[in-house]
Formats: sequence, structure tokens, C-alpha cells
Amino acid sequence: MDFPTTTPELAIEARGLVKRFDETLAVDGVDLAVPRGSITGILGPNGAGKTTTLRMLLGIIDPDEGYRRVLGHDNPRDVARLIGYLPEERGLYPSMKAYDAIGYMGALRGLPLKEARNRGRALLEEQGLGHAADRQIRQLSKGMAQIVQLLGTLVHEPQLVVLDEPFSGLDAINQGKLEVLIRGLADRGVTVIFSTHVIAHAERLCEGIAIIAGGKVPFAGRVDEARDRIPAQVRLETSADAGPWTAALPASTRKVGQFRFFPLPESGIEPLLKALIEGNAGIRSLSIERAGLHDAFVAIAGEAAAARLVTDAGQDEEQAA
Amino acid sequence: MSGVEITAANGRLPLWRAAWVVARRDFVAILFSRAFIFFLLGPLFPLVVGSLAAGVGGQVQNQILSADVGLAMPTPDVDAMLAAREELAGKLGPAIPPFVVVRRLQPGEDFAAAPLLEGREGQLAAIITGTLDQPTLTAPEANLARWSGTVAYIAATARQEQTLAYPPVGTVAVATSGADQNRGRYGTARTGQVVLFMLIMLLAGMVLSNLVEEKGNKIIEILAAAVPMDAVFMGKLFAMLAISVVGITVWGTAGATLLAIGGRSLEDLASPGVGWPLFLALAAAYFGMGYLLLGAIFLAVGSMAATVREVQTLSMPVTMSQILVFLFASAALTRPGEWVDHAAMVFPLSSPFAMLGHAAMDEAVWPHVLALAWQGACVALFVKLGAGLFRKRVLKSGPQGASRKSRSLVTLVRGLFSKGSAGSA
Repeated sequence: MDFPTTTPELAIEARGLVKRFDETLAVDGVDLAVPRGSITGILGPNGAGKTTTLRMLLGIIDPDEGYRRVLGHDNPRDVARLIGYLPEERGLYPSMKAYDAIGYMGALRGLPLKEARNRGRALLEEQGLGHAADRQIRQLSKGMAQIVQLLGTLVHEPQLVVLDEPFSGLDAINQGKLEVLIRGLADRGVTVIFSTHVIAHAERLCEGIAIIAGGKVPFAGRVDEARDRIPAQVRLETSADAGPWTAALPASTRKVGQFRFFPLPESGIEPLLKALIEGNAGIRSLSIERAGLHDAFVAIAGEAAAARLVTDAGQDEEQAA
Repeated sequence: MSGVEITAANGRLPLWRAAWVVARRDFVAILFSRAFIFFLLGPLFPLVVGSLAAGVGGQVQNQILSADVGLAMPTPDVDAMLAAREELAGKLGPAIPPFVVVRRLQPGEDFAAAPLLEGREGQLAAIITGTLDQPTLTAPEANLARWSGTVAYIAATARQEQTLAYPPVGTVAVATSGADQNRGRYGTARTGQVVLFMLIMLLAGMVLSNLVEEKGNKIIEILAAAVPMDAVFMGKLFAMLAISVVGITVWGTAGATLLAIGGRSLEDLASPGVGWPLFLALAAAYFGMGYLLLGAIFLAVGSMAATVREVQTLSMPVTMSQILVFLFASAALTRPGEWVDHAAMVFPLSSPFAMLGHAAMDEAVWPHVLALAWQGACVALFVKLGAGLFRKRVLKSGPQGASRKSRSLVTLVRGLFSKGSAGSA
């Protein structure tokens, strides 16, 4: 994806964002472009710089270098009431009632408290949580409390919603509900940007992604473009184990069990098929598979970052369970 | 410009409105919490501590506020009395009160001691008139009994006769004296300082607990994203101030009721120098200033801590320092006009205590106008510095938190206004 100069179509533009904490370079020249009304995922392992990037985009902290433009404004704080933010570290007052917690977050974003509370009740009803409106946060399950906080993020009807690891800690059912909710927001023209270390969520929801690793963004663009960074994979199963036909296979071919995997040759599949048939390889099956986002992530961010991503996701699942 | 039009309705809430939203929540949350019950019981602690401190304070009071005995006698008698006092002071020590020459009388001149004492001038607790052979002691009833024998002994010594013959001492009782008044006012001042100190410490501790709870609840980032961090700081500070107003109203009502039940009023107590109405108004003002100064420090300290244990570690030196400051102000009360007194009035953290003491002891009002202006300026500075530190340190990210321990306080303060601080503009 290109990074055009200021355009009204972009909800977020960032160029060369740099942030240091003491001696640590947390974010090192992040570029980002998020179209209005889109769902964009910030993908990277823990400690990659996702949260720091989001905080800079929100104006919670200022970048040391670079610039950001949010909803057309250089200072995100000028449009704070048009932004909803769910931080990674969830926070609610345990003694507050659910509707009041949502109302308070609305009041912080400029709504009159009474109206914000009424909206809080209405949102809880919409989500099937009307029965919990008058319960204290400490009496809710973790998943319900997270939904309450998410509703607090949306109560003032923001144009841009920023969610930091929104799926973290949610069970599978609530993750599904959240995905539906995010799609609903985008359908209404709301721009959604969320960070995650679970590739599956980004793959299912996002039109665009930005991969962050080591404080840098090696890729930002459409999911399709990320997948196209690596060629499609060929999976081949033959009856013959060896023969002159093997010379036609690319050098990077990996053999796993009875299958051989290799990238689709640049010359296409036909010359390879011809060599296999003429060499009596005995083709049992042959399929061409487009690269998944995980493969794209490995290719773009490297094996190490991908391994950390998988570890983080595993820990997250354990936590949710 | 492209994008959404900039209007006040799109930006963050203005500082004071945001502070109001934060303060309103904190106020209601604290008011309906169990901690508020303990807060209402708070004044019991000053009473206990005050009683304990009274022993030490009383000793200091006796030393520092030792009442003078005036001399208004013919010159030879004055000199003889002074010499005799010096001689006996070496033997009897503090049992002999200091003598002050009120007037050296000409032969045949009379001196009216009672009006001078009842005019509550200076530290005079009694006045000796007459002659060495017929001294007259004018004093409040309690002092007559206390010093008649002493005066006879000194006069007998002053006569320098071979056989020590105690002259009869005439007595004139007066209703009060300057020393009595000073002692009463000193008690009012000291009580006021103790109550002020305990209230401020209690409130500052509560505001700190509130902040720690908020950090524990991870809600601070939501606040930071929505409103200026300065507003969070102000909101918390002023919510607790409002809580204290509720508390003071409750305590005031309870106190007035107890006084009324006991058939007493403030008029029965030693009247402060500026009078009760102004004294109470000044006490409220100094309480507000003292709390805002210390609260700003506590909040800034709280912003640097990640856990309750860290808060305890960090706030301990602040608490101990504040106790020293309080003792400093108490000591200054007993040395009026000396450099200690002036320093206590000027040093921001001791100024509210020292000035409350002066409100009890002195009649002058203008120093309070100056002091409140000075303290107001210091409050603005402390709140600004505290909010800056709060803004800078309250949001921790992983890498930042990891290296935080190696940073010195000086580095932190230096970085308060540097570029890249958490957004507050």
C-alpha cells in the first residue's frame, strides 16, 4: 500500500513515527495508512511496539520523531471525542455498576452523564446484557466485564475505534461476538483499527494489516498483498519416490511424509507437470495453495517473530481457557 | 483542511470540565465507600496524638512561654531585686521567674499595675510594686498563690540583712494577664496545628490510596486517552478536598452540638488573636493550601509507583519529612520573631501551620493576606510540577518500566517539561 499525502479518505496516516523510552527504542520509524471505514489489524508479537504505536496515534504519548494525522488532524487530541479506545490493560472500577461504568466513559468523552448512562443501558440491552446493567463490575464475569468496557469505548458513537488486543482473554464464544461487533461497526462506516498477535482474527476481519516487528513495520497494506509477497505453495504426492523427474522440482522443495512442498515456479505449473508425466512420477495428487497470512508473516517478519507470535497466541488461549 | 472540522465539540473536554467529571466520580465513590467512615473517625486520632504530644509540647511551652514578672519600684529597689533574683536563680533554677523592669519609679510616684496586666500586654504574668519592705504582687489569682512566697524570699534577699526576714507581701488579684492570654492562645495555636496536620496527612494518604487503586484497576490509560492527565490530577486532588468539606461539616456540627450540650461556646475558649470567625476562615484556607501542597506531592509520588508496596516505600520519606516540617512549624510558634519563625512562614510546606499559629497568637491580619498569596502561588507551582510528573510517569509501557528503576528523581524532574511527554496539550 502506498502512503499518499494527506487525503480525506484516510482515517489515520503516520510517517516515520519514532519513540524511545530511556535507552530503549520502542518504535523505529513506523509508517501507517488506514482508510476510513476499514478494519485494519496491527499484527505483531508482544513487545513489538503495537501498543506504543497506538498510544502515539491516540495522542496519549507524543512521538519523538515523525508525524501522525488522525481523522485529518495533526493533533489526535483535537478529535478525541470522535475516537473510542479500548486499552490492552482492561480497567474498570469494581464497585461501579455496569451501566454507570459505560456512562462514565461516555462522560469522559463529552456526553452529559445522564445521557451517557441511558446509552449505557441501551447498549447493554442490545448486547443481551440488560440483566447485568445494575450489577457491580466485580460481580460480572471477566468476559462480561470486557464487553462492558468495549461498550464504554463505543458509547459516544466514535468515528474511529482503536482496540488494543481486544480478543485477549476472551473465550471463543465472546471472541466470535466481538468479531460480529467489529464487522457491524465497519458496516456503519466506523474505522476500526486493532492490534493482535492472533493471525486468524486479522485474517478473518481485516482488509488491511500492518506487521510490526522490533519496532518497525516491514509491511503495511492489504491482506491480499501480504499473501502475494510469497508465491503460492505446491503440494505434490507421487507414487514414485525418485527418478529423473525430481530434477524438475525447485531446490527449495521440502519433503514431509509422502508429500513434497515447494513454491510455485515462476514459469508456471505446466512445464513441471510435463516433466512429472514424462518422468513417470506417478502423480497421486497435486494442489496449488495460496499462501496463508501466517506464511506471509513468516516471510515478512522472519521466523523468530513468527515463533514469538505463535507462543503469545498460545499463552492467550491458555489464559482465556 | 481535510477531515473532520475542528470544533470544541470534537476535541478533548476542557481541563476544568474534565477535572469535574473525574472529581465527581471520585467524590461519589469515596463518599459511599467504607474508607469514608474511617475518614469521619479521623479526628479521633488527632485528639489521641494531640494528648500524647501535649506532654512534650507542654514542656516546651513552659520553657518558651515562661511568664515574666514585672518590676515597677524605685530604682534602688529594682536593682536590688534584680541582683537578688540573679543570686537565687543559681540556687533555685526555673522556680524563679524572669524579671522584667516595667518602670523605675521616682520617689513618691505611684504605679497602677492592674490595668497594665488586664491590658494583656506582652508576657507579663505578674507585677511587683511597692518597696523591698512592703512589696505588692499584682497577678491573676493562680499566680498570687504561686509567687507570693517567692517574691517575699527575693525581697528578703534583696534587703541584704544579716538575718533573713521575709517581708509581708501585699496582693492584688486581677482577672487575667498578658501571659495568661498568650498561654491560652498558644494552646489554640498548637491544637489548630495538630488538627491541621492530621487532617492533611489523612487526606493526602486517601488521595494516594485512591490513585494506587486506579493504577491497580488499569483504568488510568482510559482516562489518559480521554482527558488531559492534568485534569485527572486536578480532579483527584479537588475531589478529596470536597470530601474534606463534607467531613469538616460533619465534625463542625458534631463539635458545636457537643459544646452546646455542655452549655459552652467558642467564646469560653481562649480567643485567637484574629478572633474566632476569622481564625476559622483562615484555618479553612490554610487547610486547603496545606492539603493541595502535600496532595500534589503525594499524587506525584503515587504516579511513580506501580504497586502498593512501592507507594509505601516512596511515600514514607514524604510522610517523615512532613512530620519534620510540622515539628519545625511547632517550634517556630515558640520563637516568635526569630529566624525560625520567619523561615517557617516562608517555607511552603510549613507555612500553613506556622500561619495558623500566628492567627491564634497575633492580631495582625495583613501577614495572612501575604501568606495566602504566597501559598497560592506555591500551590499553583506544586500542582503544575506534580501534574507534570504525574503525566510523565503514570503511564508505563513495558520497556519504560524495565529501565525505570535506574532513573534518578533529578532526571525525572528535569524531564517534566521535555518534548515527548504524555499528551496534555
